[in-house]
Amino acid sequence: MITLEHLSKWYGSTQVLDDCSTQIEKGEVVVICGPSGSGKSTLIKCVNGLEPFQKGTISVDGISVGDPATNLPKLRSRIGMVFQSFELYPHMSVVGNICLAQLHVLKRSEDAARARALELLDRVGLRSHADRFPSTLSGGQQQRVAIARALALDPIAMLFDEPTSALDPEMINEVLDVMTELAKDGMTMVVVTHEMGFARRVADRVLFMDAGAIVEDAKTAAFFDKPVSERAARFLSKILHH
Amino acid sequence: MGAFDFNVIVKALPLLWEGMQVTLLLTALGILGGIALGIVLAVMRLSRSRLFRNLAGAYVDLLRSLPLVLLIFWFYFLVPIAVGHPVGGFYSAVIGFILFEAAYFCEIIRSGIEGVRRGQVMAGLASGLTQAQCMRFIILPQAFRAMLPVLLMQSINVFKSTSLVYVIGLRDFLTAADLIGGRDNRLTEMYLLVAVVFFVICWTASQAVGLLQRRIAP
Repeated sequence: MITLEHLSKWYGSTQVLDDCSTQIEKGEVVVICGPSGSGKSTLIKCVNGLEPFQKGTISVDGISVGDPATNLPKLRSRIGMVFQSFELYPHMSVVGNICLAQLHVLKRSEDAARARALELLDRVGLRSHADRFPSTLSGGQQQRVAIARALALDPIAMLFDEPTSALDPEMINEVLDVMTELAKDGMTMVVVTHEMGFARRVADRVLFMDAGAIVEDAKTAAFFDKPVSERAARFLSKILHH
Repeated sequence: MGAFDFNVIVKALPLLWEGMQVTLLLTALGILGGIALGIVLAVMRLSRSRLFRNLAGAYVDLLRSLPLVLLIFWFYFLVPIAVGHPVGGFYSAVIGFILFEAAYFCEIIRSGIEGVRRGQVMAGLASGLTQAQCMRFIILPQAFRAMLPVLLMQSINVFKSTSLVYVIGLRDFLTAADLIGGRDNRLTEMYLLVAVVFFVICWTASQAVGLLQRRIAP
């Protein structure tokens, strides 16, 4: 469903993505991990065209992201995205956040949008918070609202950019639980995360990135048992042994 | 001149109120037009097109380097030439005010917009909203909350600046008071009254802005 071919990207003369290729099938859950600055977030933002790239191609459901003729807003509306810092709109209520793109991108009616929003809030366990403002919610609750907001557009795939990195430890699980549920329901997911427990339990495949390149692309069990690259092995030993 | 005479003021009230209406109308149009043009300029200054950025930048730099009085003079003499017939002092003053204040409002709006986190736009774009929709639904509402106090202070400045239309003989509040004072030889009363009225209005308004600022502060 998502295909990257020889993707390269530069900021000025600094190369941040180096010939990245991979393919993500419908219903697959892929975790991208690696040290900070390895290009994970940049890679995931290229998938929905939030970051431009200079070389290679990305296609989502057969549509080329880099093609200037592609209707990017339309394509993006079919791919949900969740950010590290939640990015809820502070001037709107929880329900308002979830309705905005439903109303103005999908052109749903107020009633239909609100009904969908409440249904999703139910699913993430925050129905009673529908009319509150984001600043009154905890980080974990905000991130669950952000997930509901992305799901409201009925996306064909979801991108998660370090969804738990900004959270206090006791709130990480409530977000991971929602994501695990989502994976069980068959959602196609690409997740940039350091949560190796989640990766091991939920991911079908793990991509390990270093210095802008995909160094390892393996089935989850294979990745954790026997990483091929020495760089990934070192990363795993550091992240798992304490 | 004699002792301070309140009767002078009472008798002058109808004329003064006419002047005040001119002042208020000029202020309102200057603020509304200035903010509207200011938004356009701010969007240009923030646009990706270098041409737009430079045009708006040059406009702001130029207008902020000129005294408002000069602009009012210019438009008083130039607008009739440009449109081919006299437009009257009021309209040339309105145009001058809008063009002048827009430069200041532009900078206030620009910094307000730049203060909204980049991630907010990312979130909007990621959900399929267009740049323009992100601007309208996500950035501007947040930016306006942040810049409201500054916008209001600038609006108070506009109110005070309207007294400059004195130079083209437009009968605003100050000019009306001046004319009456000159006619009745009661300049002391009139100038004092003008000072008191301006002070009361501006001071009350800035207190209200301060209150508002404390209320919307996070």
